[in-house]
Amino acid sequence: MNEFNWILALFRTVGVLVMMSAAAFACWLLSGREFPKRVSAAFGWLLLIVLWGLGGYALTSRYALGLGAVTNLSDQFPWGIWKALVLCGIAFAAGGFLTACMVYIFRLRTFYPIQRPVVLAAYLSYILSASGALLVDLGRYHQIWRPIFYWQHHSVLFEVAWCVMLYTGVLSVEFAPIVLDRFGWTRISHFVHVITVPFVICGVILSTLHQSSLGSLFLIVPTKLLPLWYTPLLPILFFLSALISGFAMAIFVSALSFWTFRRPLEPRVLTSLAKGMTPLLLLYLFLRVADITARNAWVYVFRCPLQGFTFAWEMLLLTLPLFVVLKTRWSGRRRWAFAAAIPVITGVILNRLNVAWIGLLPATGSHYFPSWIETAVVLNLVSFGVVIFGLAARYLPLFEHPDIGGHHASGATVDVRAIVPRKASGHV
Amino acid sequence: MISRRQFLQTTVTGALAALGARRLFAESPADPNECAGVLVDLTRCIGCRACENACRVRAGFGPLPTAAIGYGAGEGRLSFRTRTFIDFRDGNLKPKQPVKRQCMHCLDPACVSVCPVAALEKTAAGPVVYHENVCIGCRYCILACPFSVPKYEWDNALMPRVGKCDFCADRQAKGQSPACVATCPTGALKFGTRRGVLQEAKARVDSQPNRYTSIYGEDVVGGTSWIYLSDTAPEEVGFPRGLPKEPLPSLTWKAISKLPFVIIGVGLILSAVVRWRTRTGVEQP
Repeated sequence: MNEFNWILALFRTVGVLVMMSAAAFACWLLSGREFPKRVSAAFGWLLLIVLWGLGGYALTSRYALGLGAVTNLSDQFPWGIWKALVLCGIAFAAGGFLTACMVYIFRLRTFYPIQRPVVLAAYLSYILSASGALLVDLGRYHQIWRPIFYWQHHSVLFEVAWCVMLYTGVLSVEFAPIVLDRFGWTRISHFVHVITVPFVICGVILSTLHQSSLGSLFLIVPTKLLPLWYTPLLPILFFLSALISGFAMAIFVSALSFWTFRRPLEPRVLTSLAKGMTPLLLLYLFLRVADITARNAWVYVFRCPLQGFTFAWEMLLLTLPLFVVLKTRWSGRRRWAFAAAIPVITGVILNRLNVAWIGLLPATGSHYFPSWIETAVVLNLVSFGVVIFGLAARYLPLFEHPDIGGHHASGATVDVRAIVPRKASGHV
Repeated sequence: MISRRQFLQTTVTGALAALGARRLFAESPADPNECAGVLVDLTRCIGCRACENACRVRAGFGPLPTAAIGYGAGEGRLSFRTRTFIDFRDGNLKPKQPVKRQCMHCLDPACVSVCPVAALEKTAAGPVVYHENVCIGCRYCILACPFSVPKYEWDNALMPRVGKCDFCADRQAKGQSPACVATCPTGALKFGTRRGVLQEAKARVDSQPNRYTSIYGEDVVGGTSWIYLSDTAPEEVGFPRGLPKEPLPSLTWKAISKLPFVIIGVGLILSAVVRWRTRTGVEQP
């Protein structure tokens, strides 16, 4: 037993050190290969190094000791915050298929500038929340490939697994030009361009299936999920709220990335996204209220205080932006579009947490709350996404327009080389 | 635009293949009523826990510790190592009503329908069995089971398993009754076909209407292989409230069966939009 503890300590130490060095290296790259000069920058470095250090400890503990030792999961509550993270991340990623659809299918020129940042954010969100979180959450993470060969088409989770695999492939194709342009591989880039439109159509179909099937996952627990959230409409509501969250995420990601990296962004991009979001939001809220009324479920708001509270917040967060957007004199302002996006994203994420966690507590008689290791892993996965996005914004032609027309735009390659020093290419 | 047309063709053929596959796979097994079944007559149960002990021995976890044998002692819940146990509940009619708990072996089990890799299987003989070498550890079965039966080996870091009663499928294959039934000293458990034990249950209710008030398992969630006879309401002996009579997998299937139409519909609409937006005469962006 002593020997085992010694090995565990070594494993943990290595994990922590590797993660902390990775954090320091990422910070160094992010700040343009320089060490921090200001106190605020140094604080940022410290924060990420500590967070990833905790992540190293958390991940090594999870793989060395198993789920029971590091999580608060139990037989009463088998799905926890990691499964909820999958739902939240996929809903957040909806901006990717929405933007791709507007750009490649509807050819709306307004949204060409934001296609690349939004698709990258969706790509990272998919990889980290679906594959990343599942690699931590699955009891037999090393068997994650099994659904490829062991088919069970009655299972929603089987459908979800295939949607994740196929749509990650589609996102790779949508994301590829960013990398190909960076290195000037025009021939492959041209090939990718030819197959893009069919792939985008596949991507929209897969996203429709995937977003709605995440809601269908909970159709099987009519007695366990609180009636405030359990309804046969779950797949439709999940798809609709994912669309809404997609608009909000497109606003959020493009505004933040363009503002952070000081690129000019037309206000019209954000305001038209906010306007597109409004009718869907109204429809969603109407469906929710009508559905709860039809099933006589309002009583649960008062019967379960915690769930009533989170439900009220969920509805409030999704109603607030309506006032912002419907006020015509505000809707022309991009700042208000951004202000409308944040409660929408928070509201949809809270909805996913309610369905996958809080709404399941009363009937299962559980008091599940994520352990610090579960929380640390979630924060780490999110921070991976932010850091990789920042690195991409710094070293890849992320703010170039996508190549939609028939000819390959070589201009992007030239622009990038002008921005990034030539010696950078070896490291990136 | 050959690529688009090809893509369209692929979508349509794929969706039609999916429709065909649905018919192919949806064949119904043998009459579920001829499968194995057990009648649990709670009025005959004395709570001796011999079934619990026999189950542990048969599953390879060793007999109950001597200290645990007694009224209400022990783990007192289903777990990875406890596939059946006697639940000493506070009832209204008796001070303590012992209730045997184990997998109900539904005729159309939720756990089997949710498993993405078919690690759980409802065999033609009746038992719902777990193939541990296929499992990926998603724990959806644990969430989905309306009776909260499957349990997890939480302390196994590399190859955790799901633990549930398998109706002694190996003993049944040899023509023996399940270990718990074989050991029950009072005849509270009766093994037979589902049709047989259901008839027996109804016969007992008919002959002694004052003794019994409810039969549980005949039609809840589409019917279970284990049938409970008791002198109190099912909720009183701890069965979940509000379960529908239709099998739970049909709730999900209503959504999954729409899948081909979504694929075809969205595919057609988007292809039409692309064609409209790139038609000749329109300025290419």
